[in-house]
Amino acid sequence: MYVAVKGGEKAIANAHGLLAEKRRGEPAVPELSVEQVAGQLSLAVDRVMSEGSLYDRDLAALAVKQARGDLVEAVFLLRAYRATLPRFGCSLPADTESMLVERRISATYKDVPGGQVLGPTFDYTHRLLDGTLLERREEPAAGQTVGQTVCQTAGAGHNENEDQEILNAFHGRCPKVLSFLEQEGLMHTEAVPDHDPEPGDLSRQPLAFPAGRAVRLQNLARADEGFLLALAYSSQRGFGSTHPFVGEIRMGEVDLDFLPEELGFPITIGSVFLTECETVNKFSGSDGQGARFTRGYGLSFGENERKAMSMALVDRALRAAELGEELRGPAQNEEFVLYHSDNIEASGFVQHLKLPHYVDFQAELELVRALRRGCDGARAADGNGESEARNA
Amino acid sequence: MLKPEASQAAAEAAGGLKGYNFAYLDERTKRIIRRAILKAVAVPGYQVPFGSREMPMPYGWGTGGIQVSAAIMGADDVFKVIDQGSDDTTNAVSIRQFFSKVAGVKTTTHTGEASIIQTRHRIPEQPLREGQVVVYQVPIPEPLRWLEPSEAETRTLHALDEYGIMHVKLYEDIAGHGEIATSYDYPVLVNGRYVMSPSPLPKFDNPKMDQCPALQLFGAGREKRIYAIPPYTSVKSLDFEDYPFHVQRWDKACEICGATDSYLDEIITDDSGTRLYVCSDTDYCAARLAAKDSI
Repeated sequence: MYVAVKGGEKAIANAHGLLAEKRRGEPAVPELSVEQVAGQLSLAVDRVMSEGSLYDRDLAALAVKQARGDLVEAVFLLRAYRATLPRFGCSLPADTESMLVERRISATYKDVPGGQVLGPTFDYTHRLLDGTLLERREEPAAGQTVGQTVCQTAGAGHNENEDQEILNAFHGRCPKVLSFLEQEGLMHTEAVPDHDPEPGDLSRQPLAFPAGRAVRLQNLARADEGFLLALAYSSQRGFGSTHPFVGEIRMGEVDLDFLPEELGFPITIGSVFLTECETVNKFSGSDGQGARFTRGYGLSFGENERKAMSMALVDRALRAAELGEELRGPAQNEEFVLYHSDNIEASGFVQHLKLPHYVDFQAELELVRALRRGCDGARAADGNGESEARNA
Repeated sequence: MLKPEASQAAAEAAGGLKGYNFAYLDERTKRIIRRAILKAVAVPGYQVPFGSREMPMPYGWGTGGIQVSAAIMGADDVFKVIDQGSDDTTNAVSIRQFFSKVAGVKTTTHTGEASIIQTRHRIPEQPLREGQVVVYQVPIPEPLRWLEPSEAETRTLHALDEYGIMHVKLYEDIAGHGEIATSYDYPVLVNGRYVMSPSPLPKFDNPKMDQCPALQLFGAGREKRIYAIPPYTSVKSLDFEDYPFHVQRWDKACEICGATDSYLDEIITDDSGTRLYVCSDTDYCAARLAAKDSI
């Protein structure tokens, strides 16, 4: 009779077996390769790399495959692996002006130096299921890839040569749209602190408050995309923050430099594909320094525009206290946002409720019974008192 | 315990898990955790923030306890894991298997044989002894959390030794229900200074923490906190003079071993709601049964 909690070991082994079978799916259908996941489900891989805080396409693709497409589970696999890796230093700040831009748009200007580049976007697709994808098709012949310049919008009186000239004028760097507002003195400037300290690292140090913007941004970069999206949305609907404009979104490859102390000069250790979003928000200048614009910043591994934009909105919302704005929504509450943004923490704690809790439940059961006994006793006593009074 | 040299040697000897250090965590991480533990022992009941790592089990599955166990474990330790008092619940099995895989340590289900006992929601019925370490898995380390959601605020309250809100809560319970309506995770005062969450133990187990000869370590992985009760430390369950603390009592005995002094689980055995009451501590129950049989 007392078998309910026995046999755990065997049950676990069997569950793992069943899981492996489910992951494999119908055996007659060829197995999905990690290369296929990395190449054809690349946005899933990008999301897993971002929230997993580990830039490794192959491992992220492996995680997606192993997790049967459950992206939060895949993020978890990657995080757990990442935790075992040594950290040997901190790269120099990624210089996103030097990005090899694949997509770059601004919503604040009709045209910008360097041009607007649509890149591979879903934005103007009609969301109609494409039946032709149901069939396996021949691979496109080499050389049929769509050139980047084709998607470039022809700005007013612009041509490619002019864009190239502008790029040349900027020494091959694609200038930030917000830098034009900076030049005009219209942007709230963020001073680099003395000695430019190395940013904190949440994967090594626990969160403490006030967190500071660098740690906040790291938290947001690792944060669950859905959570940030909802928070960003809430800030747009009146639960805090001001109306943002998308100053610029850019995505592309950026070199990462590292400065080994023993060398004394930086070396490029690799490149990462990033999506960056900078929003522009009006600020009334309640600090006495006059009206100007402030910036919200979002950065994400891979192609991850929804995440980068949400992050920028939430970053700006979280600056409310610093800028002396009234706190009106959860998106502006640092503790609320930073403590609940991590989907590995959240998923674990929510789902731990399915672990046995019968000892605590037993304690509650006894307590509720005792409270009811007390309550019934009191009621009975009251009832007797009344009848006695009537009898008297 | 706390013997890095032993753990290094064991990593090679035991083989552990290929590609991973002895007891999974790398030695630098273990050092971070041990420092937090030392601080926690030095300031009983104080929650020490630490750089908790993502473990290969989910948060909520005991990652805090697992990290503490990994940090203190040596090759000669004997490891016991219980969940709800039982060695056989699935997660206890899983954690025990994990350490036997990554550290190659000996495991046991016998409370008396274990040098490290990792637990969720119970303290063994068999009294603990000197030299043993109990590692508690903690979901919410902050005893004031339900009264004040902000961490910045609760840390300040602890620093100022300001526990008025807790006493008001207990008073309101009495005013509303006639008694303190907390049956588990019942707050305690450690060493006369810090109010501490005992983790979600039934309050039945609270008295076992007071002046306990074993070292008690608490790990909260997701919340990134470690706290401790050193051996022979005063642990007092909060109460009032006229409403003293008391523990759960059953008017039944365990239906397997006949114990009348243990925490009982209630198991529903048929459609008509027949209840079976048995010890929650399976090792205690089995040991009593074995002793009876041998007579």
